[in-house]
Order: sequence, then structure tokens, then C-alpha cells
Amino acid sequence: MSITLDSQVPVAAPVSAPVKGYWQAVFSRLRRDPVALIAGLILLIILAMAIFAPWLAPQSPYSTSMLNRLKPIGTEGFPLGTDELGRDMLSRLIYGARLSLLIGVMPVVNAFVIGSAIGIVAGFVGGRTNTVIMRIIDVFYAFPAVLLAIALAGALGAGLVNSLFSLTVVFIPPIARVAESVTTQVRNYDYIEAARASGARSLTIIRRHVLGNVLGPIFVYSTSLISVSMILASGLSFLGLGARPPMPEWGLMLNTMRDAIYVNPWVSVLPGVMIFSVSICCNMLSDGLRSAMDVK
Amino acid sequence: MMKLEQNSLGMASTVLPSRDRGGLAQPLLSVRGLHKHFIIQKSGFGQQAKRVHAVDGVDFDVMKGETLGIVGESGCGKSTTARLLMRLLTPDSGELVFDGDTVGARGGISLREMRRQVQMVFQNSYASLNPRMSIEDSIAFGPEVHGLKRTEARKRARKLLDQVGLAPNLYANRYPHELSGGQRQRVNIARALALEPRLMILDEAVSALDKSVEAQVLNLLVDLKQEYGLTYLFISHDLNVVRYISDRVMVMYLGKVAEMGDTEALYEAPAHPYTKALISAMPSMDPNQRTSKAPLAGDPPNPIDLPQGCRFSPRCPVAIDACHIEEPPLAPCGEKHSTACLRAEAVMHDRAQVIATNQELS
Repeated sequence: MSITLDSQVPVAAPVSAPVKGYWQAVFSRLRRDPVALIAGLILLIILAMAIFAPWLAPQSPYSTSMLNRLKPIGTEGFPLGTDELGRDMLSRLIYGARLSLLIGVMPVVNAFVIGSAIGIVAGFVGGRTNTVIMRIIDVFYAFPAVLLAIALAGALGAGLVNSLFSLTVVFIPPIARVAESVTTQVRNYDYIEAARASGARSLTIIRRHVLGNVLGPIFVYSTSLISVSMILASGLSFLGLGARPPMPEWGLMLNTMRDAIYVNPWVSVLPGVMIFSVSICCNMLSDGLRSAMDVK
Repeated sequence: MMKLEQNSLGMASTVLPSRDRGGLAQPLLSVRGLHKHFIIQKSGFGQQAKRVHAVDGVDFDVMKGETLGIVGESGCGKSTTARLLMRLLTPDSGELVFDGDTVGARGGISLREMRRQVQMVFQNSYASLNPRMSIEDSIAFGPEVHGLKRTEARKRARKLLDQVGLAPNLYANRYPHELSGGQRQRVNIARALALEPRLMILDEAVSALDKSVEAQVLNLLVDLKQEYGLTYLFISHDLNVVRYISDRVMVMYLGKVAEMGDTEALYEAPAHPYTKALISAMPSMDPNQRTSKAPLAGDPPNPIDLPQGCRFSPRCPVAIDACHIEEPPLAPCGEKHSTACLRAEAVMHDRAQVIATNQELS
């Protein structure tokens, strides 16, 4: 029996995958990550809850009833019980998603944009500019986060916008710090030198070579701040500086229900459960995003 | 003013004109009095600043179409010189003249334009490619920066990939981590070529590759040089590779040029005792020729506190008293051969004496 090695057999040349954009590739990888998918789904549901609150909520979140105070979970007409003023917990949780998401996410988004810009510029330029920028950042960083938020919100006056602003200021230093350290690391790679050697201007280099390599870690770190932001915001609300009663806001609800924890523990922790699930889903999703954005 | 010309890639290029100006006799790159000191400790009370003399007065010319090899041990300023030429580091002093135009001076050539005509390949093939860019985009980046449309730049990138021996439809969309070291270095070469440079600085470009791949890449470099009429500045610590690829060789020691000359002349009759020691340290293919003795004793002196006189004198086997007093200038010692050694004559002709002194030392 003879074996002929036929070199003429046409071998289909393996053609690499059709040109896909970077983000397309990221999403196709993300789709294969069940944890991130579930986390994203839960966040989407909560977001939908916030948007469609008036249609989803069975009752008004403001209507009180002295007769139906602190009903347990599963009461007729109040599936998740009622709070200390007899308001429907389910409706308040649904409406609360609006304010809580806003107050938890907005400062972080703002701080992400501003903080990364500051950090990347400081890290990329380096030298004395870096020192000046980062020492100024350190001054803000030296204050405890809560104290700084309270001081700023107090000085600016009570109100939702002011508390959003003060929380943004609180989150800029840590994000700028992370951005600066990652950028400093990236800027010393040879590919940055090669890009500079090709005559590219700093802004082009930052846009094409630095951003893609630093935004991932900054993004992941920032999403972990969403939970902190929600807690801080509720603290501000508690002091009368942020959301005010009777506005439905999870942090505020958690604070006001504190007294009822011995009477009706399960209902009292519900806002906490919401805060917890939003923050853990954010962390999971950002973790999944980070590994999806990592081409390695 | 820019005229349409057919470039070597067969594409009309208005964006990237390259032109020869001074003719062959004019050096492509002249370096005069290049200095770079790194200050590691600022001066204080009664205390002078501590500085590393990384590059301490280097002069040389790179002629058109030649390959100039730069050799020397670690820390002698080879790579710093390369980075200074690209202005990735700012020199403390010194002048660069690119084809008759002073770089960065009024009436000269702009830094950006010089950088287009001088490209560099780095030693670390992985770190010199953006991990988040497909190799096609990495190669296309340079031309895009200089105003080529993205589709055009990509087309050029594919053509270059083909040229460096990587099938474009197989590799164009891959990411650096999906390639082997040799393939990545080919990509780096393609990236450097994308701007149609006239001078390529190869900073230890093949040192990290294993021997068989190294040979392939070297051959590729030789072919590309011929095809594009390139000039190479080839930095390496591998004397065999430098001998193979270079027309002329420059030996550096502690931030200065020790010796410079045509490759064969320099390898056959080194005029500087340092070069001599380097060459005798080359492993021989002949087992009978193997030596177990180190040709040189000691480490290079601290580049912060340089020795008095010739900087090689503390280690030099043939140093005389005069060597410890004054630093010898680079002086001709033969046809197209110059060295910075007072005892060049003795070293070149009196082989026996050097070996005897070496044996005394060891």
C-alpha cells in the first residue's frame, strides 16, 4: 500500500475573520460571559423599572395610610409590605430606582470623565506638570470622602444638584489617581515611543494608543464607586442635604426604616437589597467588560 | 511644490515625498558633539550634581546607502544615542544634520519631517506594538498620522506585510500576542517601512530572537535595504551579526566613540585595545581556538565618576602614563579608520605585546 503525498491538494487558505470593529469584538466576547450577561440583565431590568415607574408601580409612592403601617411582606394589596408611614414599599422601591440610579451613577460618570482626563494628561505629560496636578489632587484626597461631601454640599446649600456636584468632586481624586498610575505605566512602553517616532502629536497618541490601554482599568475602578456613591448620597439625604423625604430614594428609605428594623426587619432591609444588587451587578458587569476589552 | 512621484510601493504618493538632496557624497546623517547626561542627584550645598555621562560627545557620519554598526557593552550609550537621534530624548547639546539640513534649526528640516525619514525598530518586539491594535492598524498608524486616508494606509500596510513575509489575509487582523517573536519583529520592520524612511535605526532589533529566526530577519533586512535603498544604523552587542551586516562599525565605550572604521579593517586589525578585547572575546567556531581567559579584567568604571584621562585607561592592558592624564581625541589611524587611542600604532602592529600584557593581568 502506498501513500502518496499529494502536495497539489488545494488547501483552503484560512482567511482571518471578517474585519470587525474593536467594539463589535468586545460585545461578541461579552455575550459569552454568563455572569456579566446576568448582571447586565438585572441592571437593565432596574433601569426599565426606573423609566417605566408610573406604569409599573401599583400605587402612588406618596400616599400614606396610618392603618397600614409596617405591614409585613405578602400583605394583601402590599406585596412587599409598607413602610413606617404606610406607603406601599413596592411602589416606593420602583420609583426610588429613578433617584437612586441618578444619584449613584451620575457623580461617578462625571468624575470618570473629568478624573480620567486629569489623570491621563498628568500621567502622559509627566515631570513637573504631573507633580503639580497630582499634589493638588492629593489635597482633595486627604479629606475623608464623607466629610468632603458634607462640607461641600453644606456650603453650597441643600438640594439634589448640589449633592450631585459635591459627590462628583469627591470621586474625581481617586479616579484621577488610578488614571495617572495606569497612564504612567503605559506611556513608558516602546509602542508609545514608536508612535512618537512616527511623528504623531501627543493628542493623537493619547487618542489612538493610550486611551484603549488605560480606560479599562479606570472604568472597572469607577464602577466600583457606584455603590459608594449611593451610600454617600443616602448619607447626605439623611443629613437633609440631598434627597429629602418624602422623595423615594433607596438610601433615604434605608435610613428612615432604620427604626423599624426590630419591628419589621425584612421590609426594612429591602432598600438595602436594592442598593446591594445594583452595586454588585455594576461590579460584575464591569469585571466582565474588562476581560472582554482585554484582547490578550 | 510637492510633486507626484511613484514610490517604491508602486503607489503615487503626494503625502510622503522622499527626496535625495546632496547626492551620494553628502552624509545622510551627521552627528556632531552629541551629549546627554542624566542627572540623578541635584546639586546641593558644597556638592556637585551627580550625573551619568550616558553620551558624552559623540561625532559620526552615516553615509547614504551604508550600514553602520554600533557595538559596545551594556550601558555604553548605544541605545541612548539611537533615542537621541530620533529625539525621543532631548540631547543636552549637539547638532544633527540630516542630508545637509540641520534638524530643528531655522531654515533646516523640522523634527516631524526628520522623524518621518528616520524610523526605528526596537529590541522588545512585544512592547513596541500596541496590544489593542491589530497589526494592520499598527502599521497604518504612521501613514495616517502623515495624512494618508485610512483605507489607503491599510492598503499600504497589507502590501508591507506581504513584503516582510507575512501573508496579509492571514495576519492583517491579528493582534500582537497572536504572533511569534520573529513575526512581531517583521511587523515592527513593516511599521518602520510604512513611512518610507531613508534611514532605519535598528536598536538591537534581532537580539531577542533565536538564532535561526535572527538569520531570517537579517536576510529580510538585507533584502529590504536593497529594494528600498535604505541606510541602516545597526545597534547590537553581537559582534558576529554586526560583522555580517555592517559596512562600517563604530565601537562605543562609556558614551564615547572608541574606534570607527570599515568592518573588515576594524575586525582584522583593531586599533583600540578595547575593540581588540571585544573581538578576542568573540566565541570561536573552532574548538582549538577556544579561550577560557577573559580578555579584559574588571567592570567598566562608574559612568558617574569617570576616570581621569582616557576612560578606558584603568582597564587597559597597554596604558602608558600619558593615558591617565589626557583624554585622546578620535584620530585617523589608517584609511577610513580612526580611533581614540594614544597607543593605536602599538595595538595595531604589536600584537604580541598586548597578549603578553593580557596574560600578566590575568
